[in-house]
Amino acid sequence: MTPLLHAQGLVKHFPFRDSLGRARGAVRAVDGVSLSVPQGRVLAIVGESGCGKSTLGRLLLRLIEPDAGQLRFNGEDVLALPPAALRARRREMQLIFQDPFASLDPRMTVEAAITEPLILHKLHRGRERTRVAELLERVGLRPELARRWPHEFSGGQRQRIAIARALASEPRLIIGDEPVSALDVSVQAQVVNLLGDLIRDLGLTFVLISHDLGVVRQIADEVAVMYLGQIVEQAPAEALFHHPRHPYTRALLAAVPGQGGTLKLLEGDVPSPVSPPPGCRFHTRCPFAEARCHSEVPLLSGQTHLAACHLQESLPSPTPIREGAADARLARLQAYFTEHTT
Amino acid sequence: MNALDVEGLCIDFHTERGTLRAVDRLSFSVAPGRTLAIVGESGCGKSATALAILGLLAENAETSGRISLAGQALTPQAQRAARGRELAMIFQEPMTSLNPAFTAGEQVAEALRLHEGLNPRDAMQRAIAMLERVRIPEAARRAKQYPHQLSGGMRQRVMIAIALACKPKLLIADEPTTALDVTVQAQILALLDELKRETGTAVVLITHDLGVVRDHADEVVVMYAGRVAERAPTAQLFNQPEHPYTIGLLGAAPRLDSRRARLASIEGTVPDLRNPPPGCRFAPRCPFALAACEALPALAELAPGHWVACHRAPLDAVIAA
Repeated sequence: MTPLLHAQGLVKHFPFRDSLGRARGAVRAVDGVSLSVPQGRVLAIVGESGCGKSTLGRLLLRLIEPDAGQLRFNGEDVLALPPAALRARRREMQLIFQDPFASLDPRMTVEAAITEPLILHKLHRGRERTRVAELLERVGLRPELARRWPHEFSGGQRQRIAIARALASEPRLIIGDEPVSALDVSVQAQVVNLLGDLIRDLGLTFVLISHDLGVVRQIADEVAVMYLGQIVEQAPAEALFHHPRHPYTRALLAAVPGQGGTLKLLEGDVPSPVSPPPGCRFHTRCPFAEARCHSEVPLLSGQTHLAACHLQESLPSPTPIREGAADARLARLQAYFTEHTT
Repeated sequence: MNALDVEGLCIDFHTERGTLRAVDRLSFSVAPGRTLAIVGESGCGKSATALAILGLLAENAETSGRISLAGQALTPQAQRAARGRELAMIFQEPMTSLNPAFTAGEQVAEALRLHEGLNPRDAMQRAIAMLERVRIPEAARRAKQYPHQLSGGMRQRVMIAIALACKPKLLIADEPTTALDVTVQAQILALLDELKRETGTAVVLITHDLGVVRDHADEVVVMYAGRVAERAPTAQLFNQPEHPYTIGLLGAAPRLDSRRARLASIEGTVPDLRNPPPGCRFAPRCPFALAACEALPALAELAPGHWVACHRAPLDAVIAA
């Protein structure tokens, strides 16, 4: 079956110049990324700041032009589309940003903000107001709130409005760039639950860009881990969390706090994406690196569980995730919260 | 003797739209070499508490209650004298706390010159030693660099070096790793633990991250809308949480080991502190709330050191019913 979204060898470098305008190098933000997302599935792209995950998200929607590579949406070559056709195609691809305070126009009421894409794409003509009410209910807001202004809402409510706006054009693909990272824990849980419901009920295809492995665990079917502009591991979520193959994925999982704090830490900082290390880009921080890791570039290999590591067959077993045992008392008490809300 | 005692701290902010009580009768103590975490969401009063201890609240704030550092009452004058010496702090965003016009080494050395009266040469030597101690590689070279030339993790290490240069009795760390990547966060928190063990500095760690609390705190204060909901030794809080807000927070955090059917979500939003609900401030969002919750719950000790402000605690009776 044709995946809804398919990218092959995407590259984006951002050149920078000195004060005399001479090219001085380039930030290799995305450096050869291939991925596929089947209809109705959730792919998470995880990694630390500067790994290129946000740039990749923008490339996948062709909000910026890649330097090289191919991009197909529903089998169609998106990079070959002329501007008008691309605009029409955008109806089917939406983006949700991190900061709900920056993504809504403060001079537009909620109703105006959600009606705008309806008018732009000539949807639900003559019954826009009803449609806005439906969308607000869909994201858990009372329709009466349509006449209010963005500043009257909390961060969580604004993010719900941004989601309603994204849904207005009836997209098939949504890319969420850290959609819950700016929210407090309890509000984050509400929005994560909402996203899960929407993905399931509307059959959405979703690309979640996040640094938060907990949120990724809760939403994603498939996970791709990026390091310095490249995917170093990609696998179904269950396999990635319980049997991580790449030493970087293992280090990321081990660094999530709350597991006892005694695990071996990764040394040093991420190298500059201007001049990534030769060979395996992770070798400067990898506790297992051997001579060939310094010179030979490892290829992403495997069937459904892919990893780019020379040593993946010979590494010791990964440390299991250590979280407090699922506690029956706590689970029963927490059930009150779920029952209370439904 | 405790490094820090806070007794009945209240913080009121006078605003154009009225007065609001950001912190209401907060009490806790921290012993030397121990870490107390204050957790809660935006607006719960955790950062206001930090600023009150440091004496850095804005002019429209009014505080009452008693704050003592190593048994000495912290008056505004005492706070000014102690800040940077016995009383140190690190904040979330090291870029805004460091001066962009001075090198990393100069900023650590300044603390030593000012507070320990060292001459510039000795101060710089000690500064480089401090930078080595917070594990900045090639410390002598890095000491000559400006903040913008350092990574986020490196800048936070410089902040820690400045904070700990004068061997403070108390370190206030307000979301010290929130702006950092997870692998760097782990390094910085491990470093803080290690330095704390060596120097006996007490730490007040302010965070929204329960995972960080679990790994790095000895005792926890959970705050909601300006009040203490629950206070307990860390293991006790995670093994036997009693306040519904704590339980909701624990359930709202996703787990790594398995996908939950749904996250426990605390419906609604934090109350407006200009017009808080009467009685228990969590009651409007609480699935366990009864009519009794319209009266203010007292903080009661359910187990040694485990204090809970909830009419329905202990909740085991609720499950059994």
